[in-house]
Amino acid sequence: MSKVLDVQNLQTHFHTRDGVVKAVEGVSFSLEKGEILGLVGESGSGKSVTGFSLLGLVDAPGKIVGGKIELNGEDLVGLSERKLRAKRGKDIAMIFQDPIATLNPLLTIRTQMQLALEAHARMSKKDIEARCIEVLTKVGIPDPAARLDNYPHEFSGGMRQRVAIAITLLHGPGVIVADEPTTALDVSIQAQILSEMKRLAEETGTAMIWISHDLATVSSLASRLLVMYAGRVVEEGPTAEVLRDPRHPYTQGLIDSLPAMAAPGEPLEQISGTTPSLLSLPEGCPFAPRCSYATDTCSSAPTVQEAPGRAWRCHHPLNLKEAV
Amino acid sequence: MSDTQSPLYRFWREFRENKLAVLALVVVVIMIVLAVFAPYIVPQNPYDLETLSLLDARRGPGFIGSGGYVHYLGTDPQGRDLLSAIFYGLRISIMIGLAAGCIALVLGTAVGIFAAYAGGRTETFLMRVVDLQLSFPAILLALVLVALLGQGKFQLISALVAAQYAYFARTAYGAAKGERKKDYVEAALATPLSGFQVAYRHLLPNCMPPLIVVATVQIASAISLEATLSFLGLGLPVTEPSLGMLISNGFPYMMSGRYWISVYPGVALIILIVAINIVGDQIRDQFNPRLRK
Amino acid sequence: MLGFVIQRLLQAFVVMAAMSVIVFVGVYAIGNPVEIIIPPEATDEIRAEVIRKLGLDLPLWQQYFIFVTNLVQGDFGRSYIYNVPVLELIAGRLPATLELVLISIISATVFGVTLGIYAGYRPNSIISKAIMAISVLGFSVPSFWVGLILILTFAVNMGVLPAGGRGEVVNFLGVQWSFLTIDGLSHILLPALNLAFFKLAMMIRLARAGTREIMLTDTIKFARAAGISEGRILRRHLMKLISVPIITVFGLELGSTLAFAVVTETIFSWPGIGKLIIDSITVLDRPVMVAYLILTALLFVLINLTVDLVFALIDPRIRAGAA
Repeated sequence: MSKVLDVQNLQTHFHTRDGVVKAVEGVSFSLEKGEILGLVGESGSGKSVTGFSLLGLVDAPGKIVGGKIELNGEDLVGLSERKLRAKRGKDIAMIFQDPIATLNPLLTIRTQMQLALEAHARMSKKDIEARCIEVLTKVGIPDPAARLDNYPHEFSGGMRQRVAIAITLLHGPGVIVADEPTTALDVSIQAQILSEMKRLAEETGTAMIWISHDLATVSSLASRLLVMYAGRVVEEGPTAEVLRDPRHPYTQGLIDSLPAMAAPGEPLEQISGTTPSLLSLPEGCPFAPRCSYATDTCSSAPTVQEAPGRAWRCHHPLNLKEAV
Repeated sequence: MSDTQSPLYRFWREFRENKLAVLALVVVVIMIVLAVFAPYIVPQNPYDLETLSLLDARRGPGFIGSGGYVHYLGTDPQGRDLLSAIFYGLRISIMIGLAAGCIALVLGTAVGIFAAYAGGRTETFLMRVVDLQLSFPAILLALVLVALLGQGKFQLISALVAAQYAYFARTAYGAAKGERKKDYVEAALATPLSGFQVAYRHLLPNCMPPLIVVATVQIASAISLEATLSFLGLGLPVTEPSLGMLISNGFPYMMSGRYWISVYPGVALIILIVAINIVGDQIRDQFNPRLRK
Repeated sequence: MLGFVIQRLLQAFVVMAAMSVIVFVGVYAIGNPVEIIIPPEATDEIRAEVIRKLGLDLPLWQQYFIFVTNLVQGDFGRSYIYNVPVLELIAGRLPATLELVLISIISATVFGVTLGIYAGYRPNSIISKAIMAISVLGFSVPSFWVGLILILTFAVNMGVLPAGGRGEVVNFLGVQWSFLTIDGLSHILLPALNLAFFKLAMMIRLARAGTREIMLTDTIKFARAAGISEGRILRRHLMKLISVPIITVFGLELGSTLAFAVVTETIFSWPGIGKLIIDSITVLDRPVMVAYLILTALLFVLINLTVDLVFALIDPRIRAGAA
C-alpha cells in the first residue's frame, strides 16, 4: 500500500500572553490511500489544531514549531504560503463542523464552487458547470443542475454539509480532513453522511482523517483510531482492536462512557475530572490526575510503547496480559 | 495563581499592557484634577467681570497684563486670561459631559431593561421610539432642543440627555434581552423575588460591560456636542464661557493671525476627548470576547 | 417581497405622522413668534392683524390641522424673515448642501472602507496602526475644530484655498452647481474634507471591525482550505459579506452627514440648508425650522426605506424571509 500522508512528531504551539500552549505535541501517524483514520479526543485535546496544521492553516498566535508533514512524499512544514495554497483544496482538503458557517450565505452554490475550482484550474463555464454537477451528484444532491443557483439557506442542514463536501471533492484531493462534520446534524442524517463518506473513500481512493469527540461515530467509519489527550497521542491502533482491548485508561474511559456499553437503566460511566488547562499541565502523564490506575511512576512522562500495529503512551497499560 | 486574582485586577493587568491607553487614562485623571481645582490654580476668575480689562484683550501668549502676571496662553477678546478660561472651561465641559452621560445612562438603562423585562406591546412601543430616535443624528436633536428650550446649563444637559439616552436604552435592551432568555432569569422569576429585584440583581449586572463602553463614548460625545453647540452660539450663556464658546469667540480673529484664542482652548478640548475615547476603545476591546485570544 | 414593501411604507407613514405632531408641538407650542416678527414700536392693531393673518389666534388643534393640510399640499408657509415661500427658499439652498454632502460621504466611504479593510486584514502592521490613529482622531475631534484647523492651515497660513463661499457656479439642469468649475471645486474642497473626516473615521472603524470578524469565520477558513487566493477571498467573500453592514451605515450616515453639514456650512459660510437652519434658529424663523425638520425626517424615512430594500436585494436570506 502507498502512503499518501506521513506525519512525524508534529508540534504546534500557541504563544499567548499567559505562556506557551502546546496544543499539538509530538503527534505522528500515517495514512494510506483510501484509508479512514479516526482522530478522537475531548475538546481541547488538540485534534482540531492537528487538522488545521496539516493544511498550514493554524490561526495566529499558533505556529507549527517542529515535525514533518509529508504529503505524497513532499514535506509541507516550512513550505512557502504560495506553495501551500497550491496544495490546499487540490491535494489536501478540509470540511468543517458547521455547514451554516462554512458556506458564504450571500453567494450562490455555483459561485462558491466556481471560486474553489478556479483556485487551481482554468476552465470554461461549461466545464465548470459539468464538474459541479458531477460532484454534487456524487454526494447525493438530487437534481444538482437546478440547485446550482440556489443560496445556502435554501438547503437543509444535511444538504448544506453535502454541498460543502462536494466543494472539497472538486479537485479529487488525496486527503480530506473532516473536522467533526456531522456533529451539528441530526442523528439520522449523520448516519447517511457517514455511509456516503465511507463509500466515497472506497470509490475514489481518497484518504480521510475523521476528527470527532464522538467515539461511536468514528468507530463506525474509521479503520484505525488515534486517541488524543492534552496535545499528545495516547493510543493508536486498528479500530476493532482498540475498542476490544484498549491499552490506555483514557481510551477505556471513553469506551465505558458510550451509551451502548451501559446496561439499560444504569447510569453511564464517566471519566472523573475535566480536561487540564494546557497552560498548567501536570508533570509526567497529563492524564494521571484523572486516572484510577495512577501510581508514583506516573509523575514521569510515559514513553511510547509499541506492539504490532498498535502503540500507547502509558505506564500501566490495560488488557496487556490477556492480549499477549 | 491568576485564578485567585479579582476580576478587576485581571482587567487592570490587561489594560496596562496598552501603554497608550494608560497614558490616556493618566491624561484624563490629570484634566479632571485640573478642572476640579481650577479656582485654586489659575491666576484669574474668568467669570468675575470686575477683574477683566479690555486693555488686556486679544494679547498674545507671554503678555504681562494689568494684573501683573504673565498670560502664558494670551488673552481672549474680553481680556480674559486664556489659561484661566481654559481650566474653567474644562470644568464646565467635564461637568456637563459627566452629568449628561450619567443621567442618560440611568434613564436609558431603565428604559432598556424595562422594555426587555415588560415585553409585549410596551416593549415594541418603547424600542420603536428608541430606534426612531437613533436613526436621527444626536447633533440635530440636541440643536433643535436647545433652540426650543433656550440657553442655560439645565437646558443644555436636558437636550444632551434626550439626544443620548437612546444609545444606552438600545445597549441595555440588547444585553438584557439576551439575559432574559437564559434559564437562570426564568428560574429567578419563578422564585418569590419581585420583578424589580430580578431586573436589579440579575439583568443589570450582565448589562454593565457594554454599558460602561457606551458610557465612555457618550461622555466624550456629550463634551463634543456641548462644544459644538456653544460654537454655534446655542450653548451656555456668554458670561460662563465653555471651551466651545472660547473657540467661537476667537474664530473671527483667526483670519488676522490671532490664532491663540481659538487654538489653545481647542487643543485642551481635543486632548480631553481623544484621551477619553482611547480609554473607551481599550475597554471595548477588552470586553469583546470575540477579539480575545 | 410586496408585503415587505407595504409593511415598510406603512411604518414610514406612521413615523411621518408622529414627526409632524412632535415638530408642531415643539416649534409652535413653545416660544412666541410675535415678539420676533413684529417690531416693538408697532401699534396694537397691527399686532392683532399680523397674529390673525398668521393664524396664531386659533386654538392649537386647529393650527395643527391647518399645518398638516398645508404640509400635505407642499405648502410650508412663508419665511418670517425672508418673506418668501419656505419651500422655494429651501429648494434654492438644497443643491449646495446636496453636492457637499454627496461628495463628502462618497469619498469617505470609498477611502474609509479601503483603509478599514486593510487595517482589519493586517491589524498589527504599522500602516494599520496609523490608519487607526487617524480614525480615532476623526472620531474624537469635533467637526467644527477640524474646520477651523483646515481654514487656519490652508486659507490663513498657506493662502492656497478659499475659506468660505461657493465660488463660481454654473447652471446645469436648471440648478446652480459648484463642483463643475475649477473655482467652485477649490471652494468645495475644504468643507468637503471637513465633512468627510468624521465619516471617514466611522467607515474605517466599521470596515475594520467587520473585516476582523469575518476573517475569523469558518467561511473564510473554508475558502482558504479550498486553496482560494487571499486576493480573491478578499474581493469575492469579504467584500460581499462586509457590504451588508456598510450599506446600512452608508444610508444612516447619509442622514447624519446632512445634519453635520449644519456645522460645516456655518464655518465655511456655505450657503446650504444647514446654514439656513442655524440662521433660522437664532432668529426663530419657525416656518423654516418646521420645513427643515419635516423634510429632514422625510429624507430619513426615505433613506431607511431604501436601505431596507437594498438590503433585501443583497441578502437572499432577508429576501426569502420577507417574501
